[in-house]
Amino acid sequence: MRVLSAGIILLAWTSASADAAEIRVGYLRHWEPKLALSLIQIPAANDGLAGAQLAINDNNTTGKFLNQEFSLEDRRLAEADDAAAAGIALAERDSSLVIADLPADALLKAADAGAPRGLLFFNVGAIDDRLREEDCRANVIHTAPTRSMLADGLAQYLVWKQWRRWLLIVGSHAEDRLYADALRRAAKRFGARIVQEKVFEDTGGARRTDSGVVQIQRQLPVFTQVGAAYDVLVAADENEVFAAYLPYRTWDARPVAGSAGLVPTSWDPSHDQWGAVQLQDRFVKMFSRRMSARDMQAWSAVRMIGESTSRTGSADPKVMLEFLKGPEFALAAFKGQRLTLRDWNLQLRQPILLTDGRMIVSVSPQEGFLHQVSELDTLGFDRPESKCKLK
Amino acid sequence: MWRATLLGTGLFILLGTQAGAVIAYISNEKSNTISVIDVDKLALVKTIKVGQRPRGIELTKDGKFILVAVGDDDTIQMIDTNTHEIVATLPSGPDPELFTQDPTGKILYVANENDNTVTIIDMEKRVPLGEVQVGVEPEGMGISPDGKILVNTSETTNMAHFIDTETRQIVANVLVDSRPRFAEFKRDGSELWVSSEVGGTVSVIDPVKHQVTKKITFDIAGLRKEAIQAVGISITRDGKTGFVALGPANRVAVINGATHEVQKYLLVGQRVWHMAFTPDEKLLLTTNGVSNDVSIIDVASLKVVKTIQVGELPWGVAISRQ
Repeated sequence: MRVLSAGIILLAWTSASADAAEIRVGYLRHWEPKLALSLIQIPAANDGLAGAQLAINDNNTTGKFLNQEFSLEDRRLAEADDAAAAGIALAERDSSLVIADLPADALLKAADAGAPRGLLFFNVGAIDDRLREEDCRANVIHTAPTRSMLADGLAQYLVWKQWRRWLLIVGSHAEDRLYADALRRAAKRFGARIVQEKVFEDTGGARRTDSGVVQIQRQLPVFTQVGAAYDVLVAADENEVFAAYLPYRTWDARPVAGSAGLVPTSWDPSHDQWGAVQLQDRFVKMFSRRMSARDMQAWSAVRMIGESTSRTGSADPKVMLEFLKGPEFALAAFKGQRLTLRDWNLQLRQPILLTDGRMIVSVSPQEGFLHQVSELDTLGFDRPESKCKLK
Repeated sequence: MWRATLLGTGLFILLGTQAGAVIAYISNEKSNTISVIDVDKLALVKTIKVGQRPRGIELTKDGKFILVAVGDDDTIQMIDTNTHEIVATLPSGPDPELFTQDPTGKILYVANENDNTVTIIDMEKRVPLGEVQVGVEPEGMGISPDGKILVNTSETTNMAHFIDTETRQIVANVLVDSRPRFAEFKRDGSELWVSSEVGGTVSVIDPVKHQVTKKITFDIAGLRKEAIQAVGISITRDGKTGFVALGPANRVAVINGATHEVQKYLLVGQRVWHMAFTPDEKLLLTTNGVSNDVSIIDVASLKVVKTIQVGELPWGVAISRQ
């Protein structure tokens, strides 16, 4: 088998050559078992990876007509493992394309170590805005949406619904504060008002006990008894500490949004519009579980690799990056419109789904939120306000 | 679709009878019905209850049956055009969406979206004859006028697969823009047009050389590129004019068949899917998925002359003279 790595351009694929060109994709992930307040929301051990594997299959169905073969190598890191070394190890085995599901700092380390070797990374996990802004990298493409994109997608709907007065409850972790920043920014941009803020301290303790919800049912109404009149409670809780307990337990009868209730996301198992059922069915058939947002983000990344390789006939990361940034690239990802790349910070433009956990309630951008380039650029930081300088 | 159109004229000549009413059948994806429109009166005359999620719709070559793919029931239903009763179901394979008949009307080719296959059905015996493995999410189906080449488009693989109907082997694959949804040959077989929904283009393909010779793009003032999504294609018998439904752009593009330039955009209902000509090609009907109606286009003047309310989420349309 001919290995297709940096610099090798595929020849005419219509020829009946016996050797298929092999495109090796690495998958770097930092995975540890995670807890969730809801039993059904505990991430699977192959969360994300499964999406990439399905996309490898999809790419290979196309690849068999083009004489291209895709493969995936999974590298699971423990907390202490060096992401930079793992990335370099992948490069040495001819995987110059890396799907990364890593925390922000580990991703930056791996990207910087991989840059001299020509590695191209696809961030499928980290939603930090800084990775697309002040800490952006010219060799990191992002298929995961940012906190600001998620917050804007939610805010547009809440404003459309005329729920303009928000009670914001923020967790005590650093990620919660970042999400709260994004929500405050979204409120200001789209004309909502945060009438009061509260912090929910994480005082530790188990997420689930045999005593059940007795105490929660007493504590949450009291905690949400606030003076201000509000339309919707917006929660920022990325660590599964309290948000899932809020719906139906607020002092006032008000809807909940953000980290529970109406949740903005890149994908949901209930999404069935625009042909999505076909992808959902393929996924369930292969993995016997439902497809998560992380699975979708990884699927999109591997499909971007497939799109680029089939269109350019090359798996050279430089050729790929130019193609993906260019006007010819369009990803079909079951969201009703083409997904493209923001060429100033390599973020994938995408609609944001709003799910209540059972159904898709709406999809943002909402009608009437206009933009001179792409309505998808009403979500997240736009070109004129970007702090990113790609080198 | 010219297939339905041909059938109408063919019947008329063959039987030599008095011309009956021109009838349009609209599949309504959400309401699980077919709306029956008397095109001479431009009025809805009947609604037929069918299976779940009806989309692809055609008439058999003898004009006796409506064929409608009911995807969520994993079958194609045959409906008697006289009685409007469902008389049979065809072994279409899972989740059928679009299908096409060979010119003799003896064989039906069905795209199975969930299975990466095209199913071949014997229409007389109503049994499957075989399958062809194609790309991911097969959708559009077109057949060359001589019946020798079947074209299937696959939505995630982004290809038009050329299948030899005799050997049932893929003989060529042509890469087109993202999410190809519909394939239509010109009547003289000189060109194949394939629409790409996400790419927002129509690829004109040389069916002999298997090459894209021209890519038709659409530019509508005031509309974002994302809203322009090419879906249904109808080409006049003389090949001089093509119509392309542009989905959420709510417009049908009129294309010069010789130069492939866009001549005009016609504003129709919301999310326009598919189209079909009346047998005399004087009118073109479009299904408008979101506004639950059908627009009637006068082909000579290129004007939308009427809108008719149908069921929920109208998707496909087939027309014949009864």
